[in-house]
Amino acid sequence: MAGALLPPEFSDLEPFVEDWCLDSEPERYAKRLASTMDEIQTFYDAIMPRAEEAIQYLEKLPLSDLPEDALRLLKLLYSLILMSFPVEIWKQPYIPDTGTAQFELKIEPVP
Amino acid sequence: MTQSLKPPKQSAKQYPKPPEGTWTEHYPELDTAPVSYESSISPEFYELEREAIFKRAWLNVGRVEQLRRKGGFFTRELAVAKTSLIIVRGMDDQIRAFHNVCRHRGNKLVWTDHPAEEISGTCRQFACKYHGWTYDLDGRCSFILQEGEFFGIDKADYGLVPVHCDVWQGFIFVNLAEEPSQTLTEFLGPMITAIDYPFEKLTQRYYYRGDIRSNWKVFLDAFQEFYHPPILHGHQNPVMRQADYKQQGFYTSHFQADGPHRVGSTSGGAGGLLVPEFYNPIERVMRSGLFGPWEPSEIVTDELPPGLNPGNKKHWGLDSFQIFPNFAIVFWETGWYLTYHYWPVAHNRLLFEANAYFTPPRNARERLAQQLGIATIKEYALEDCGTLEATQMGLESRAVSAFPLGDQEFMCRHLNKVVNSWVDDYKRKQTEG
Repeated sequence: MAGALLPPEFSDLEPFVEDWCLDSEPERYAKRLASTMDEIQTFYDAIMPRAEEAIQYLEKLPLSDLPEDALRLLKLLYSLILMSFPVEIWKQPYIPDTGTAQFELKIEPVP
Repeated sequence: MTQSLKPPKQSAKQYPKPPEGTWTEHYPELDTAPVSYESSISPEFYELEREAIFKRAWLNVGRVEQLRRKGGFFTRELAVAKTSLIIVRGMDDQIRAFHNVCRHRGNKLVWTDHPAEEISGTCRQFACKYHGWTYDLDGRCSFILQEGEFFGIDKADYGLVPVHCDVWQGFIFVNLAEEPSQTLTEFLGPMITAIDYPFEKLTQRYYYRGDIRSNWKVFLDAFQEFYHPPILHGHQNPVMRQADYKQQGFYTSHFQADGPHRVGSTSGGAGGLLVPEFYNPIERVMRSGLFGPWEPSEIVTDELPPGLNPGNKKHWGLDSFQIFPNFAIVFWETGWYLTYHYWPVAHNRLLFEANAYFTPPRNARERLAQQLGIATIKEYALEDCGTLEATQMGLESRAVSAFPLGDQEFMCRHLNKVVNSWVDDYKRKQTEG
């Protein structure tokens, strides 16, 4: 399995797996706040054009029993969703005027 | 599906009001004068609210799906009542609530690792960590270590202290009064109990919580008016970003109050039918956004479930039911719902909970549409959180003592009125002795 982090059609996205395949919303949000806009933009620019193709690939598989490589691809899309806000709206990782407010997803379905 | 619609133009003419001319004046118990928010900044008023409201009203503490099996339980820390509760499904399938306190020496009975944190699980009985006193799931004391060492003790006298508990549409409510003045059904009243929704089919749950430095009512008020979104949240949403919405504002299509409860209904998100420029790029890919997934869930039929869209308005998009004191259910046109809970912790602090419930996704596309919906909730909620901490600061300065509320803020005025009248009623009964 070495080298096959993602389904073969998406092997070019494997360099993003280590940093952006995260298990939970709090981890993804922490990653967003800890990243520069350059890092977020690079990730977004790589994944966004492939998102529809990735969804079409994943929706044919049983959601409750995804192979490891497909699960990683799904987690990349979860990160894409959270990183879309800095890129498409805020032009910065942090939501303006939100002070020290915190609001964390404590229960989220798996996968 | 063609994407061709423009967002509805906003003008007062399109949203007719009751014969009295305004929503506010439709309710004779409400006036139109500027409102004091002293009740949101006074520690003394908070102490009164704890007794007058939170120890008298029915409070929603969860749903039956959290207790699927016999012996299933969860604890709730209710800072506002300075108590912890155990909610449990007994071997007889009955759901009961108890104060989470051992009858022996007062130790908190059910907790793990951190005594102030909530837990859930499944068990056959509750055993105290301190001296091993044990209780059945129906609250009866079943074991006292070295019982013979005690003086004339009878286990039958040492059951857990029960709390009134009842269930409506799968929502578990408790009432901390010794004898509630109303049953749950009476308390909820006709507008709320008219709702008959397939809650049991929406088992896919996402649960957020936040620790916010504002009064619970200051915070709740932002979630019961649609006057602020085009301004506070206008950057996020291409529809609200339009000059039209910024200049004309947004109109709620229907307001209604019934007893201490209220509802506001608005038009919808048009389920992806607007021209593409009105959606952010991620929304076009995931087919979801502020109003949740664009594709209707399997519960959506030609007819809305009973009780929804109580004003029978065209272009219905959502109902925001505010169930007194601190619970809200928001129903969305594509067949999902959201609950909010505003749990006071101090006069200027609350625990904010948001739960989003969907039908289980049948594939990754449906799962991702849910994920964008709940991510969007957070982007909006954090803007509210930051702003409402600032509002609390502004109110606490006491530089201003009365605040004008418009007709679009009908629900804020109604809550303010109900809170004051429950507190006045409590004070009157105290002095009458």
